[in-house]
Amino acid sequence: MSDVIDRPLRDDERPAASRLRIVDCDVHPSLHSHDDLNEFLPKRWQQHLKEYGSHLRTPYLFTTPYPRSSPLIARRDAWPPTGGPPGSDLAFMQKQHLDPLDVEFGILQVLDLFIFSQQNLEFGAAIQRAINDWQLAFWSHRDPRLKASILVGQDGVDLAIAEIERCAKTGEYIQINVSPRANEPLGRRRYWPIYERAQALDLPLGIHVGGYGGHAPTGGGWPSYYVEEHQSNAHTIAAQLASLVIEGVPERFPKLKIVFIEGGFGWIPSAVWRMDQHFERFRSEVPHLKRKPSEYVREHFWFTTQPIDEPDEARHLRALIEWVGIDRLLFSSDYPHWDFDDPRFAFKTPLTEAERKKIFSTNARAVYKF
Amino acid sequence: MARHIVASTSEIPPGGNKVVDVAGRDIVVFHVNGEFFALLNRCPHEGAPLEKAACVARLTSPEPGVYERSRVGEMLRCPWHGWEFDMRNGQSWFDPKRFKIRSYPVAVERGEELQKGPYVAETFPVHVEDSYVIVEV
Amino acid sequence: MAVTRIDCDIHPAVGGTRTTLLPYLSDHWKEQVVSRAIDGVDLTSYPPSMPLTGRADWRPANGTKPGSDLAMVQKGAFDQLGASHAILNVLYGAQAVFDSYMAADFCKAINDWIAAEWLSRDPRLRASIVVPMQAPDLAIEEIERRAGDSRFVSILVLAQGETLLGRRHFWPVYQLAEKYELPLAIHAGTQYRQAPSSAGWPSHRYEYYFVEAQAFQAQILSLIYEGVFGKYPNLKVVLMESGVSWLPAFMWRANKTWRGVRVEVPWVEREPAAIIRDNFRVTMQPFDAPGDARSVEEIIDQIGSEKMFLFASDYPHWQFDGDDPIPPHLPKSIIEKMCVDNPLETFPRLSLN
Repeated sequence: MSDVIDRPLRDDERPAASRLRIVDCDVHPSLHSHDDLNEFLPKRWQQHLKEYGSHLRTPYLFTTPYPRSSPLIARRDAWPPTGGPPGSDLAFMQKQHLDPLDVEFGILQVLDLFIFSQQNLEFGAAIQRAINDWQLAFWSHRDPRLKASILVGQDGVDLAIAEIERCAKTGEYIQINVSPRANEPLGRRRYWPIYERAQALDLPLGIHVGGYGGHAPTGGGWPSYYVEEHQSNAHTIAAQLASLVIEGVPERFPKLKIVFIEGGFGWIPSAVWRMDQHFERFRSEVPHLKRKPSEYVREHFWFTTQPIDEPDEARHLRALIEWVGIDRLLFSSDYPHWDFDDPRFAFKTPLTEAERKKIFSTNARAVYKF
Repeated sequence: MARHIVASTSEIPPGGNKVVDVAGRDIVVFHVNGEFFALLNRCPHEGAPLEKAACVARLTSPEPGVYERSRVGEMLRCPWHGWEFDMRNGQSWFDPKRFKIRSYPVAVERGEELQKGPYVAETFPVHVEDSYVIVEV
Repeated sequence: MAVTRIDCDIHPAVGGTRTTLLPYLSDHWKEQVVSRAIDGVDLTSYPPSMPLTGRADWRPANGTKPGSDLAMVQKGAFDQLGASHAILNVLYGAQAVFDSYMAADFCKAINDWIAAEWLSRDPRLRASIVVPMQAPDLAIEEIERRAGDSRFVSILVLAQGETLLGRRHFWPVYQLAEKYELPLAIHAGTQYRQAPSSAGWPSHRYEYYFVEAQAFQAQILSLIYEGVFGKYPNLKVVLMESGVSWLPAFMWRANKTWRGVRVEVPWVEREPAAIIRDNFRVTMQPFDAPGDARSVEEIIDQIGSEKMFLFASDYPHWQFDGDDPIPPHLPKSIIEKMCVDNPLETFPRLSLN
């Protein structure tokens, strides 16, 4: 691992020298300020945002419950020289990230305003709509490498369906994003109409970590520290995987593709083993499942790679990748956040060229049909 | 090892740094608590530019709730993943033997001494009356 | 007794407060449970008739709860599954009661009942002390009450309680645990104070059981990051019925996050994985492993400590079929250690005589 320490970069590590064009499944654009949304947001909701603000099930108005380890959760080198928060300046994003790392496609994941978690569902829907428009106007139309997702709040199912239909008509969005932390687990019946639309429109369902649904971040309660909350993101994703599988979502929507984003992938093998192990014990409770959970996971789910696991032994990472299956992994950088993965150095275990190609490009191209 | 003049001392304010190219290496020189330290400008983890690191205190604790700060400004916190390194020797806080940034010997010398040589300063004018930061690579 | 083999997790069943526990309750609570019909506080986590709660051949023919009959437990855990000693862990609703004083009296009654009707009738049995963590000061009273009885070898708490276990208000319990060499046994089960995961309340028990493994992971992080092992370095924590195969990736992620965010908790001076290997132990049912020997070997190698594993059948829970509670494909060296050496090291009060 320490070979990066004291040598000039190899040619293939130099900016823009890599010949492997990558698909980055997790790039975070950011608003300069809420005013960016004014042109997309009806006056009523502009006023609402100004007077009542964001209403989340968290204790603070202007920051997250667990203070992050860096300002705005960002890399310290990602603040644009033009001012504004990290991720708000396209030219700087191109210069720092998209161009030097040879990003062929970058999938936008918007986290501003925790729009999935707004308690006022109509306000949430208005903000989602504005952000969906903003993604095209400010990003995709200015740099066609950047692909937008349709953000919807699943707790207002009817509003979500309307927004999906509106956006899908443009043909410009590549997936439907819902929150992993909402009122109820994603597999619950009330959310199925969204999956029905996703399947009908052939748009993958994207689920990026984060949000505040009101439940404690862990099954043991509220932790004290960010160092605990950060790790709980992986737990959330594992719980949602179990919910979707055990409720039978892949059984009911066999063509639906589901992508978990920023959950990492270290936890997947043991989660799948555990589900399979106890399938026999609980089979009579879930007769709607026709196959073992592992089989659904292998066919219907994909996982982005960041934050990548870093065992002390490279061979352990190798074993992990084989357990998960190369075909299930989609590279993501999480730019410009602090726990960013650099595609050149993040995988501390050897991969063949064919394997690299799958993880960094072709798997994602197949899921998203680029 | 050759001695390279990389900056005049007045160029790098306290708490600041300067990135220099020395023999093909990207090196960052920090000025903290009256001393200069030179390190490879690349985190050994995933290659983050250390010139953007936060310069922080060494933080330890004898028991929960008690925070002890020492050597304020002499620890680097990587701008990406927050790994902490000791500016003096490049060692990481969490595993000093296994993870470290390459560090280089630094000296500060007066221009009049330097003119006696030997040193490498292809494009660097040296004035007798100033003092300079020398990095050995 | 042929071979020494210590089963670290078996479950006797409490019939009810008005039946099993009645003779052991204080006069006040005796009167209360009868006059108010306070009964049926079986944990929602383990419905008695659910397949997982009792393997078919370990269910009493008269329909009572699996684990309620001493003779049957002896036959199953000792004769059939080959244990020489076994640790009784009572999973009953005392831990989930909201009224601290009721909880304390129920816990005391359970411990008295275990001592009188189980430990005194079979010298091969040991037990965990059931404590009211709702009120740590009352939990301490209960621990003090049992400390002189070396047949009680650990302190039992549920994986999902009111708050995470690392929090300061629990520390006096750990101080005593360390003093009396009582490991903290965290067992699967929940007080139902919050959803079992941040995703919310699931529909199925299957899903609930699945996510319980995460509660253990949260408890590990809480105990480490709150600094419990800096204060009480000799405290051992046993994860019971937690599953095992999640450990490696969990430890990698903990190390990774700690490296970057340890400024929040500068009292944690070692990598979490190192603390886990030193201070945590895990019972081996269920193991949640894949079916092939190579993967099992890989998991054991990744965990990186042979000391952590403790033999357990989880009787009468249905974790496996047949007579062999040891998960398939475990390396021989592990099996020897997990059956004797590791339990003896983990539960210092457990003398074999």
